[in-house]
Amino acid sequence: MAINDPLAIAIENLGFRYPGNPDMLFTKLNLEVAKGERFGLFGPNGAGKTTLISLITGLLSANGGHIKLLGHEIGTRDHSVNKLFGYVPQDFSFYQELSPVENLEFFGAWSGLNKQAIKKRTDELLHILGLEDVRDKQIEKFSGGMKRRVNLAIGVIHDPEILFLDEPTVGVDVQTRHAIINYLLELNKQGTTLIYTSHQLSEAEGLCRQVALIDDGKIIAQNTLDNLLREYKQDNLEHLFLNLTGKEYRN
Amino acid sequence: MFKLGATILKDIRILLRDKVGLSLMFLMPVLLVIVVTNIQNSTFQLVSKNKLSILICNRDTGQASKQLIAAIGKIGMFKVSQIDGGQNGKQIADAMHQQDAVLGVIIPANFSSKVTAKSKSIAGKALTSFGLQGDTLKKAGDIDPLTLYYNPVLQESLRLSVGGAVRSALQLVESRETLRSLYFSINEKPMPQKLEDEMLNNKTTINEVPVSKDGTRITPNATQHNVPAWTIFAMFFVIMSLGGSVVREKISGSFIRLKTLPTSYLVAILSKQIVYLGVTILQAAVIFSIGVWLFPFMNLPALNLPSDMLALVVITVVCGWCAVSYAILVAVFSKTQEQVNGFGAISIVILSAIGGLMVPSFAMQGFFRNAANLSPMHWCLDAYYTLFLEGGKLKDIVNNIIPLFIITLLFQFVIILGLKRKNLI
Repeated sequence: MAINDPLAIAIENLGFRYPGNPDMLFTKLNLEVAKGERFGLFGPNGAGKTTLISLITGLLSANGGHIKLLGHEIGTRDHSVNKLFGYVPQDFSFYQELSPVENLEFFGAWSGLNKQAIKKRTDELLHILGLEDVRDKQIEKFSGGMKRRVNLAIGVIHDPEILFLDEPTVGVDVQTRHAIINYLLELNKQGTTLIYTSHQLSEAEGLCRQVALIDDGKIIAQNTLDNLLREYKQDNLEHLFLNLTGKEYRN
Repeated sequence: MFKLGATILKDIRILLRDKVGLSLMFLMPVLLVIVVTNIQNSTFQLVSKNKLSILICNRDTGQASKQLIAAIGKIGMFKVSQIDGGQNGKQIADAMHQQDAVLGVIIPANFSSKVTAKSKSIAGKALTSFGLQGDTLKKAGDIDPLTLYYNPVLQESLRLSVGGAVRSALQLVESRETLRSLYFSINEKPMPQKLEDEMLNNKTTINEVPVSKDGTRITPNATQHNVPAWTIFAMFFVIMSLGGSVVREKISGSFIRLKTLPTSYLVAILSKQIVYLGVTILQAAVIFSIGVWLFPFMNLPALNLPSDMLALVVITVVCGWCAVSYAILVAVFSKTQEQVNGFGAISIVILSAIGGLMVPSFAMQGFFRNAANLSPMHWCLDAYYTLFLEGGKLKDIVNNIIPLFIITLLFQFVIILGLKRKNLI
């Protein structure tokens, strides 16, 4: 699959509404993310972050517009476009009855890798993420931090061009967070585009170069973090977030 | 193929670690087969080998009642006990409960004298009709009816056959008296015993031949009936494990990741079908093996396997595939594990009831007789009985395999529709 497109993600006039809901969540939404970028998507609860990522990864189907990943249209019956990206959902997305190795064997195969590649990547990832000692143990008994690392390992087993990360460090200790963020920065150095979403804005400041704020289904601000802070005269991302989205509760 | 192989391996690993699911699929059906066969074997023996206990309250003092009691004893299906002739109906019922007798008969007072009087009257009429001088003046009154008490647990069919047997004993006594009267009226001396025996004893024997396809004589017993029937039930009961597995995967986070990967979810469905088809075949093998090798040690009749093993394998595979397809069908349309377990278990019991696993479908009437054709279990059970009880071959069960196959394909079609509708493929 050719991946010469300079844009990792190109969204054009995206329209979407949930079945049974008369109101459109997205109307003619446009978004571009450059290849190799560390992109953060932030917004209050219900703003549309998870829905947007679900549309980009093909979990949901759009009602209009186009979504392209590295120039390839999403939403077609061609599954090969799914090889281009990895997804690390907020929920633990693996089989807890199995060991890390068994999970990586299975998800590696489903990601299109052959037996040798799976073995090589499994050994590499378990080493990098500090899971070698528990490689053959059932995940059920793992701590939250260990499960987060397994969740991440599965998402990158096939060395994707674009990596979607939904709250990848929620509920983990400082050491695990540090290890995960460092690994993500290392992946980015090697050329992986990171699409990150989280409510942990201090963590995002260290990880993201480009930031987009979404509210009520609309992109209300998008630029580099430094430019946005300068433009809105704020000293950190959290203040910027509250300034643009307000302080009232969101349901 | 590599993706399918990896998925099959994953499903086998998860299955082997699901101890509850495994015991539901193997231990429970084995227990079910053993318990049901044991209970039915006792009933079978009660009916076929043990004699039915009958209490006779004889209020008569003559010979005819004694002959009647002897005739009932000679039938061979009763263990006759006599109680005091002075007892009333309530006392007889109490005595039946105390002595575990399922039947009681009251022979009325003056039974013998009325039988004799009626016989003489009939003999007189017969002689007159032959043109001989007969004693037609004597008018005989009707014989007072015998009273038959029975335990309500006795099945209708068994009660009818008991009634028939007692009636035939009664007929024998009456016929003997009539013959004796006739002979005495003509010859003025008692009828010789030898002649009486020749005239009354039925000389025509009845050969009983079980109708089997291959000419073998497999005696139907609790094992031959129950093992195939409950094996089918066990195969369909995989819904508890397989349905739960599909729904668990659907509502777990792993499913979201699967949907983002460059592989169709059909691979996961195909893998589950292959793994659980193996489970159903293994279930059948385990239950049949227990029937063949373990039942004799449990004082149960051993299971006789059909002579056509290929036919047994074919119908087992098709039945297993149908069971697996049904489980996946229910799981695709269920949103929670509670839904699949609740609906799955109840629907399997209903399908087995209308399919003839609990009551033979030939005994059903009207709507339910036609509804049996809609249950895949009916076609499978019919095929198993053709093989296990009638000694049938593959060609004899083709008419069962085809509808079962069509039902399975229908299930598969609806599974695909469901997956498409839910945007899973």
